[in-house]
Amino acid sequence: MVVFRSPRLEALGVFSHTPPNVARIQKVVLDADAIQRSIRRIAVAILEATSGIEGLTLVGIRRGGVPLSQRIADEIAKVEGRPPPLGTVDISLYRDDAATALPNPKIGPSDIPFDMSGRHVVLVDDVLHTGRTVRAAIECLQDHGRPARVWLAALCDRGGRELPIAADFVGRVIDMEPGGRLDVWVDAAGPDRVVLTERE
Amino acid sequence: MEPFTHRSLLDIEGLMKVDVERILDTAEAFLQVSRRPVRKVPTLRGKTVINLFYEASTRTRTSFELAGKRLSADVINMSVSASSVKKGETLQDTCRTLEAMHPDVIVIRHAASGAPSYVASKIRCSVINAGDGMHAHPTQALLDAFTIRRAKGTLDKLVVTIVGDISHSRVARSNAHLLNLFGCEVRVVGPRTLLPAAVDSLGVRVFDRLEEALEGADVVMVLRIQSERLEGALLPSLREYARTFGIGPRTIGLAKPDAIIMHPGPMNRGVEIESIIADGERSVVLEQVEAGVAVRMALLYLFAGEASEPPAVGEAD
Repeated sequence: MVVFRSPRLEALGVFSHTPPNVARIQKVVLDADAIQRSIRRIAVAILEATSGIEGLTLVGIRRGGVPLSQRIADEIAKVEGRPPPLGTVDISLYRDDAATALPNPKIGPSDIPFDMSGRHVVLVDDVLHTGRTVRAAIECLQDHGRPARVWLAALCDRGGRELPIAADFVGRVIDMEPGGRLDVWVDAAGPDRVVLTERE
Repeated sequence: MEPFTHRSLLDIEGLMKVDVERILDTAEAFLQVSRRPVRKVPTLRGKTVINLFYEASTRTRTSFELAGKRLSADVINMSVSASSVKKGETLQDTCRTLEAMHPDVIVIRHAASGAPSYVASKIRCSVINAGDGMHAHPTQALLDAFTIRRAKGTLDKLVVTIVGDISHSRVARSNAHLLNLFGCEVRVVGPRTLLPAAVDSLGVRVFDRLEEALEGADVVMVLRIQSERLEGALLPSLREYARTFGIGPRTIGLAKPDAIIMHPGPMNRGVEIESIIADGERSVVLEQVEAGVAVRMALLYLFAGEASEPPAVGEAD
């Protein structure tokens, strides 16, 4: 039996086994080259929008956004000579369903080792979907100071928003059905890839 | 990860090692919240925590109150003095009254051993035992374990010496049970009159002489001499106790050089512990206080969530 593995869901203890009677197709929608091009494009767009690295901070949303923010910072360093400061946020405590989420997720560390006040902060996530994660991340960020402006970068935008939230920097818009799954690998062993899983 | 399925925390005996690790891991995240500029997260917005204290306690109650407030829960303190109990309301009626207020968690301290488990059996919400009689004080044991783990990097197979009034101490009992889960060598030492009759059932090694008990210890837990409970001439005098079992510079030299000194508070300086030790660099007394808030936040988080309610009858898994 095929087991579709998602690092993010496994962290929550959720494993997805394909039901034997439901045919599913898997498609690599972004390969390593495409991901690298997207990351470079996002990095350049961020620098243009914020007019340089001064006062810029990247904050990865745990867990998928963290390796991505590192990769974007690497690209920015190639242009500017140094990377912007990096932080991470864990949104477990800020979820709008925190008290009802099942199973209780393991709470990871938020690591924001500096005051956010007055900075240009780019939140980074791998997939933008309902927008609820981003809402929680913004709330978490505000508990660490008052940024001058918060931007949002996402490698993939799969639509399906449930809140009025939009990304400022997007790698690829992916048109997919609501029941589908999008898995992003950018830090694992093996090639970087974004895999779409849908019913046939 | 498995969902946390416990509904109440009544004693350490009800927990498995993985549960303890889960609680301590969760507390790490909350320790960080308490060190931020904004020491509050919205996680338990709309949840109600009732602190029901039948015994005077400032630090435990404050710690729970702060823990609840930092999680954005509504915290209500009900101090029930002994006199209002004499007005005649039974514990069962108190439970019914509280239940009608729809709390999510009740934190209870009571002079009678077993009162929290009685309340838990009468009420549908989560119950956390904040100390009952001479039975258990599980949140103290958990915060002590959290403090030890942060200081030592591990809880496994340490030598922990508990000094003082073991027989009246729910702290000692809960700590012994917890540390045994991690294969620690737990030693207890104190005057024979202050050791419980069935001390062996705690799974500890009993010592009569402080010096022997301290040799090679990684952790020294000093208990408070509860002079209010010792009127039955269990001790000849506090001075003699201080001389024989008080922790000072001379005796502490027998423990490991990196041993940490703990005290659940409040301290009787000059009786069970000398000031130079209590304020020394190996003392983690204030770390214990900080850990207390983090561990209690973790417990409220794990218990107040609806996920910790038992599944309804007929509901699968």
